[in-house]
Amino acid sequence: MAQVSSIADEQVSTPLSSSKSILLRISKFNPQLDESSKFLEFTVPYEKWTTVLEAILDVKKHFDHSVAVRYSCRQATCGSCGMMINGKPKLACFTKISELDSDVVTVEPMNNFPVIRDLTVGFEKLFEKHQKIKPYLIRDDADMKSDEREFLQSPQEVEQYIQFANCIKCGLCNSACPTMATDSSFVGPQALAQAYRYVADSRDKGKDTRLNIIDESHGIWRCHFAGSCSQVCPKGVDPAMGIQFLRGYLLGFRS
Amino acid sequence: MTKDEHREGIKGMANPGRYGIERIAYLLMRLTGLGLLGYFIAHIYETSNILRGRMGWDDFLAMTQTTEGHIFLALVIGMCVFHTGNGIRIMLGHGGVGVGKPARPDYPYQPASQNYRQKIGIYSSIVLAAVAMMYGMAVMFGE
Repeated sequence: MAQVSSIADEQVSTPLSSSKSILLRISKFNPQLDESSKFLEFTVPYEKWTTVLEAILDVKKHFDHSVAVRYSCRQATCGSCGMMINGKPKLACFTKISELDSDVVTVEPMNNFPVIRDLTVGFEKLFEKHQKIKPYLIRDDADMKSDEREFLQSPQEVEQYIQFANCIKCGLCNSACPTMATDSSFVGPQALAQAYRYVADSRDKGKDTRLNIIDESHGIWRCHFAGSCSQVCPKGVDPAMGIQFLRGYLLGFRS
Repeated sequence: MTKDEHREGIKGMANPGRYGIERIAYLLMRLTGLGLLGYFIAHIYETSNILRGRMGWDDFLAMTQTTEGHIFLALVIGMCVFHTGNGIRIMLGHGGVGVGKPARPDYPYQPASQNYRQKIGIYSSIVLAAVAMMYGMAVMFGE
């Protein structure tokens, strides 16, 4: 409990004297105790720059310290604070209340992930699928000795994959994906985009291995190019583009 | 599907209101696909009526000559045209054609795969479907 208090004390964000306020509705659900989720409502003051995460932390500090939320960097780098904000998956630290254009802000745990408690979801499956596509360079001479040079790449070669290397594993794409909504075995846009990230890397030699992994019934063919993953990505990764390029290899459009 | 997976299910999959025209196109593609599959099965049943002789065939065909029959066929025309147009867009997209090029992303991170070509493809498919439906209705009701 002391630890929770110190975390809350750390947050000195929105001044309570602000003239504007919103109704913040926070989903409360403990799968081990509750039958269904319920919403707690708080009136929270905000400024032009106040983020949804800051509002939630204000609630933790002033009203209910039991609200469970995962966060760390507060600058859209760690990918911890993904949640449904007014029905769409977003990073709470990257979403300003003033930009939501609503007097009511409803926050819920991300869809398509098991709820641990309140706004916190489990990422085990996401990481499992991420590991499945072998997210590392595959080549026989990958283990380098100290006197060897690193593998060189031209700027053009870097450009082919650097966008996809921006993924912070926040899970927003998997939450927005319509296939993930119904198919728990689907690899998902996050892992598929990362498969392309390594396939497009000129240093990697594991293209065939990865294409074999994703070429299965719950693999890449379940993607129907709805594009929602790309629309919610907070880092501009554009998983839909990577998936289509990846499928291009399997369909013979690319070599 | 277990409760603790917290999946949106069919309701979430079919909710087109949150992610723009691309998600609407996704939903329409699925609905028209199912509709055309239903029509295909009904069409096989319809043509099998020829085994009942000329009377049976004419009786069944008369059903399509009603107002409801014409509206149904107009819907089939619309579904067929949209599914074809949007299907071509998606097939090209699946091969990586028209989905943009990888580049260093800049804020505010507009996804290149959701570019104007894709949007034109979707809107064109909808407009073509609407025009084809109107033409079909003009022909059927103009008799």
